[in-house]
Amino acid sequence: MEWKDKAATREGYGNALAELGESYDFVVLDADLAAATKTGVFKKKFPERFFNCGIAEGNMMSVAAGIAATGKIPVVSSFAMFAAGRAFEQVRNSIGYPHLNVKIGATHAGITVGEDGATHQCNEDIALMRTIPGMVILNPADAREAREVVCAALEHDGPVYMRFGRFAVPTVTDLPDYRFEIGRGVTLAEGTDVTIAATGYMVHLALEAREALASEGISARVLNIHTIKPLDQEILVRAAKETGAIVTAEEHNVNGGFGSAVCEALAESCPVPVLRVGVNDRYGKSGKVPSLLEEYGLTAAHIAEEARRAVSMKK
Amino acid sequence: MGKSYDSLKETARRVRVGIIEGVYHAACGHPGGSLSIADILTYLYFEEMNVRPNEPKWQGRDRFVLSKGHTAPALYAVLSERGFFPKEDLKTLRHIDSYLQGHPDMKGTPGVDMSTGSLGLGISSACGMALSAKISGDDYRVYTVLGDGESEEGQVWEAAMFAAHYKLDNLCVILDWNGLQIDGPITEVMNPTPHDKKFEAFGFHVISIDGHDFAAIEAAFEEAKTVKGKPTAIIAKTVKGKGVSYMENAVEWHGAAPKEEKYLQALKDLGE
Repeated sequence: MEWKDKAATREGYGNALAELGESYDFVVLDADLAAATKTGVFKKKFPERFFNCGIAEGNMMSVAAGIAATGKIPVVSSFAMFAAGRAFEQVRNSIGYPHLNVKIGATHAGITVGEDGATHQCNEDIALMRTIPGMVILNPADAREAREVVCAALEHDGPVYMRFGRFAVPTVTDLPDYRFEIGRGVTLAEGTDVTIAATGYMVHLALEAREALASEGISARVLNIHTIKPLDQEILVRAAKETGAIVTAEEHNVNGGFGSAVCEALAESCPVPVLRVGVNDRYGKSGKVPSLLEEYGLTAAHIAEEARRAVSMKK
Repeated sequence: MGKSYDSLKETARRVRVGIIEGVYHAACGHPGGSLSIADILTYLYFEEMNVRPNEPKWQGRDRFVLSKGHTAPALYAVLSERGFFPKEDLKTLRHIDSYLQGHPDMKGTPGVDMSTGSLGLGISSACGMALSAKISGDDYRVYTVLGDGESEEGQVWEAAMFAAHYKLDNLCVILDWNGLQIDGPITEVMNPTPHDKKFEAFGFHVISIDGHDFAAIEAAFEEAKTVKGKPTAIIAKTVKGKGVSYMENAVEWHGAAPKEEKYLQALKDLGE
């Protein structure tokens, strides 16, 4: 497939903060990564509403909780590894437990961080955030949808974890009838033989896989599941019933993440074969992003391969 | 001099009784560090802080964060004494379905401004509240009580750095220096002293007092309000278990509740 309009979801995030800062009353906190997380775009426009917390992510999360406790909305940013990983306990206890209105913008999620390698490639954040009661997890497919995510997060009353990537991704949601709503998956392409439920960076690869499968006579449905929590059970169960097999695709460890969430949901209501494409319980490593995607199986070819296997597993 | 603090002393005595009632009826909890901060909390809620017990979420109120959240029995006792909820409810502390959780829960308990319990987090949230007041030009102040053992948490010093960096002169940190933590004397477990020099180095105005002397407590809070451009840390030397003879300076009463005989002894010590 020929893609155009490539931009990283973190770009969409930073631009959305700067744009929505006009109409929404919020403050932005960062931990010395404003240039990379793109909160710097907001900082440039609204310097009096931007607060650098230095390299102290745990403190930053609890500070954000305090700000929210007084009625303001803080948007707090760092890399996913530090926002969800290092500061997990602060997110859980300071923000999650009192259900405070804090929006966490976590960038550089997954292995598309690239050359920085394993210490910065967070493949665990979805799993961690998913265990926090009341936490909403949003994972946009492209920079355009990243704006929708920020907007929806600001409208939502309660904690939200927004997951963004470093690497440019093609625009796939710029469609006439596209409607973003928290907790509602989107059918990007219809299909009858198998469903590819994808999230974040993997969504455009799912569409590529669908094209490859079509040439072999396999009809694949593609879902963009931008909300990992609360998960859209309805669209998944319908897909399971109508196509009989599911492949999940995520830029995250297959253990505990999006694929696990789909398995849990379907096991309880409509068990069908589910194959999970993602990082297969490994650490990342340094390298160019395309090489990494190849090595870790985060490719359209691998999704298609798993889709074929899923079809063969159907009763 | 000459000013009488009899009324505050009597209130603090009743707060201590409330602590013992709560912990006894819970059959668990943390009496030692609750008793050590009873005088400070009494002064805060009866003299210092601008609060409305019948309107606990009043936006203009001064905020309090119990960073050493395990001493919730003291906070609950002082809140009930101040009229935020019935004193009788102290006996439901830690019971199933009680709104008095083992550690403070801002969602469930009237007058609790921040959920705390995991050490080191509360002081950061107090910083967030103080920064928020600065952002919108509100004149409320923020108080937080920190444990001396708690100061072994690195986040405490991240927060201290933050408070000084943003010149949070509306923030007052009170360190409860009772000298004991669960595993023993703080200087033996992991020595965090000297607190005064550390807070000074982090950019705080530091005041050292006897945390059971109301005249000194009053003078410290008055001084804190005159400090501009930097936060204040009050290092309050206290006695763990203060007021109950067998609990004073006894590490085993950090996290243990008295059984009936000891309970009655405690009430007797407290003049009940």
